[in-house]
Amino acid sequence: MDFYSFLIQLLNSVQYGLLLFLVASGLTLIFGIMGIINLAHGSFYMIGAYMAFSLSTLSGSLLVAIVLGVVLSMALGVFLEWALFSRLYKRDHLEQVLLTYGLILVFEELRSLIVGNDVHGVNVPAIFNWSIPLTETLSYPVYRLFMSGVCIVLAVLLWLLIAKTRLGMMIRAGASNREMVASLGLNINLVYRLVFALGVALAAFAGMIAAPVSSVYPGMGTSVLIICFVVVVIGGIGSVWGALVAALLIGLADTFGKVLIPQAAGVTVYLLMAAILLWRPEGLFRRGI
Amino acid sequence: MMQFRKSPRFGAFAAAAATIVAAGLFAVAGNAQAPQKVRVGLMLPYTGTYAALGNAITNGFKLAIEENGGKLGGREIEYFVVDDESDPAKAPENANKLIKRDQVDVLVGTVHSGVALAMAKVARDNNTLLVIPNAGADEITGPLCAPNIFRTSFTNWQPGYALGKVALAQGKKTAVTFTWSYAAGDESVNGFKEAFEAGGGKVIKSLALPFPQVEFQPYLTEIAALKPDMVYSFFSGGGAVKYVKDYAAAGLKNTIPLYGPGFLTDGTLEAQGEAAAGIQTTLHYGDGLATPKDKTFRAAYVKAYKSEPDVFAVQGYDAGQLLVAGFAAVKGDTSKRKELIAAMENAKIDSPRGPMTLSKAHNPVQDMYLRKVEGKENKVIGIAVKALADPARGCKL
Amino acid sequence: MTRRRIALAVAVLLLALFPLTGSAFYTELVTKVMILAIFALSLDLLVGYTGLVSFGHAAYYGVGAYVLGLMAPKYEAANLWLTLPVAIAVAGIAALAVGAFVVRVKGIYFIMVTLAFAQMFYFVFHDTAFGRGSDGISMNFKPTAAIGAFVPFDLANATHVYYFVFVLLALVFVFLRLLLRSTFGRALQGIRSNEHRMRSLGFPVYLYKLASFGIAGALAGLAGYLYALQFGFVNPELLSWHQSGNVLLMLILGGQGSLIGAVVGAFAFVAMEEIYSAVTTHWQLLLGATIIALVIFLPGGLASVAQRFQRKLIGGPPNE
Repeated sequence: MDFYSFLIQLLNSVQYGLLLFLVASGLTLIFGIMGIINLAHGSFYMIGAYMAFSLSTLSGSLLVAIVLGVVLSMALGVFLEWALFSRLYKRDHLEQVLLTYGLILVFEELRSLIVGNDVHGVNVPAIFNWSIPLTETLSYPVYRLFMSGVCIVLAVLLWLLIAKTRLGMMIRAGASNREMVASLGLNINLVYRLVFALGVALAAFAGMIAAPVSSVYPGMGTSVLIICFVVVVIGGIGSVWGALVAALLIGLADTFGKVLIPQAAGVTVYLLMAAILLWRPEGLFRRGI
Repeated sequence: MMQFRKSPRFGAFAAAAATIVAAGLFAVAGNAQAPQKVRVGLMLPYTGTYAALGNAITNGFKLAIEENGGKLGGREIEYFVVDDESDPAKAPENANKLIKRDQVDVLVGTVHSGVALAMAKVARDNNTLLVIPNAGADEITGPLCAPNIFRTSFTNWQPGYALGKVALAQGKKTAVTFTWSYAAGDESVNGFKEAFEAGGGKVIKSLALPFPQVEFQPYLTEIAALKPDMVYSFFSGGGAVKYVKDYAAAGLKNTIPLYGPGFLTDGTLEAQGEAAAGIQTTLHYGDGLATPKDKTFRAAYVKAYKSEPDVFAVQGYDAGQLLVAGFAAVKGDTSKRKELIAAMENAKIDSPRGPMTLSKAHNPVQDMYLRKVEGKENKVIGIAVKALADPARGCKL
Repeated sequence: MTRRRIALAVAVLLLALFPLTGSAFYTELVTKVMILAIFALSLDLLVGYTGLVSFGHAAYYGVGAYVLGLMAPKYEAANLWLTLPVAIAVAGIAALAVGAFVVRVKGIYFIMVTLAFAQMFYFVFHDTAFGRGSDGISMNFKPTAAIGAFVPFDLANATHVYYFVFVLLALVFVFLRLLLRSTFGRALQGIRSNEHRMRSLGFPVYLYKLASFGIAGALAGLAGYLYALQFGFVNPELLSWHQSGNVLLMLILGGQGSLIGAVVGAFAFVAMEEIYSAVTTHWQLLLGATIIALVIFLPGGLASVAQRFQRKLIGGPPNE
């Protein structure tokens, strides 16, 4: 591999890793703050992508679709938390796993009933629909650069929200000690509801901006879910910073693994995970935003 | 923490006992039958990614039967349908349901090769007649061939081989292949390689990514660095949509031409849009064939089902035609197994794809067409290879 | 007590007599359920009695199945007495290897890490040449039970297979019952209730948990082997997380923390699948909704329904 190809593969790794981070950040937030394991997280990603498809077809603009989609997914998150997830706080992990597993099945079949099983494409918005020539044969799609930019901006916003705002302070307090916070008079239920809605919105948003690039198809939720789990396992539950580092590491391992060791392609990421767990059984960063 | 019960009480035992008794009753009830109608088992995907294909095949099959008066060899038909969900793990059980529980005379299916392999095994073990209207695994009419197994679609090798010939004819000297690393992908690439390298071409690298991943960027970067004359790729469904779009977005569309078997652009043009324009593929069917049979078939299909037929509908239709021919020869008497099989082996089918016969291994011998994407169609622009038969290596028929 | 014993005996008798109904299809179906019951029992040791919720148990089930698939020669039958112990051993070793990593953590973390490792195994069989790819391995012959010239039973005969599995199910059940009554078993249950106390009492908690994980894996491997034996076909979906989810579901259906519950759960799960898929092609929607409803309204599983029913009929809480 020559130096130029190496750089481009590096760019590929980072771009893939950043998108993974966007989806995984919601998952780790929900884990870390609410203590809930949510297997249906991949389904939210899929729902986001399908919303991007249907809404952009209806409205003619991906941007409008994304704005609408974020609002809808937050509403969905609030509803789900109120109806189902609020009952899970006192339950043990097995029940959370099973309930959210049941949810995956329900979401997949509902999608099949409502939208069908076809594969759909979403058009890249015209402003981004061009590529930057890098070599004489290869160009790099500008939309992918835009996606990475959005992921970075969101990561920064998320950090600002949690570290620097009052709401963030309440969230962090609630994560450490729910009862104490409640007895201090803060509406912990509302905080949890917001956090959950935020997690759902993050996953759905990731699905929406990724839709033009990944296309919209039935299995997309499950494939992203497992890799998100690995991100959170490596990064440490509840650590957004850890999720970022882990996602980038996975991006690197996956991209270079495919090119350098094709025979072990699917397994490289898991070997990385095993290696890190050997060193740090609870992931790179402990619980802590 | 969750409460843990001690050993459950009387009630739970009763529940388990009741279930066993119920199953037993089902079993006894299922034993008594008196077949007069021909029992046709359809094991196809009716949910999941391949649902559209399952439906197209079923529609095509039933159309052929309707055109024959709704009968096989003069006998009425009873259909038994199982949704295989394209899940190889459940395949042996699903096949067993049709063969052992429903006692079908003929089993028709399926789309996914992994499921079809399991079906073929069960059919062989029970000597049930099996007609495969899609799954292209070379093995089924190769080392695993059997007198009671027929296929009316293709082997993964066929379109690949045909495209290898096309590539040579178009003056390509070097190629890179890229596909999912699973049986269908490997067999398709091997077919291409066989023809291409036999004619002096060189495959400089074979890339593969695990099925069903769709993150193609690292591989596209590598292809660009290798600079071959062409790229041969097999992908299908959602993967094909994304691949063709990514290929174009990476600027490779203009610098390194992309080729593949028909599945790269079949059923996906709507989603692929401009990115697919001009791509050449090989397949045993295409749009705009305009033979008389194709025209009548298409018209009948649209009239019956209000949608355009595709290659899968054709394959289902021909499965029906094959059975019609076989059953007509034995006048519906399924006990005349040898004659039935001989009739099916020697059938000359007037297929919408062109004249079709079966090889000794029971796989179609058919013309492979060269097609080009124009607008929303895969237009047939020529014949890549005439009457191509799969070599059926390892078949002892 | 006696009433329960009678009910158990009746159930066992019905199960033993079932093949007499003569339907090959249903005999094979109940065989499959018994195999799943062994699988559920193996997980029950881990989840119900040691308190370790594993979401990756299908990995060892699949390993057991693949041992047969990979060892089976192309042109002749494999030997049962050789391949079966190997399958159990390999599955057990795989579980110990993974356990060494995962038993160090608890709770949510444990669940996720077991899932992730199961995925690793899945990809080894799905994507590498060693595992022979995503279409799976088909075996041309059933294993033979021959010892020299003596052939005690014929594994190509569905009824023989049924009784073979039946006997194994009984053996596994008895084995676990004895294990759980032993000091080792009591210690596991102690760990489930209060790990710190066990540690302060001097028990090497890590080793006990690891042992439980390994035994559970080995028994899952046995179940997987039997699956491969019955269907003659293995494929990577045996290790998928759907499979891991299904076996957990069996435990919650039957009520975890009881061995009979695991068996009942296996029957209930298959019954539910069969009934739902006969009703609609979108049966997974019904399955998902049932799971959600069960978790919310019936945390004790079907066993708790039976208990409440019995309490109404007979009155008073029955005691162990």
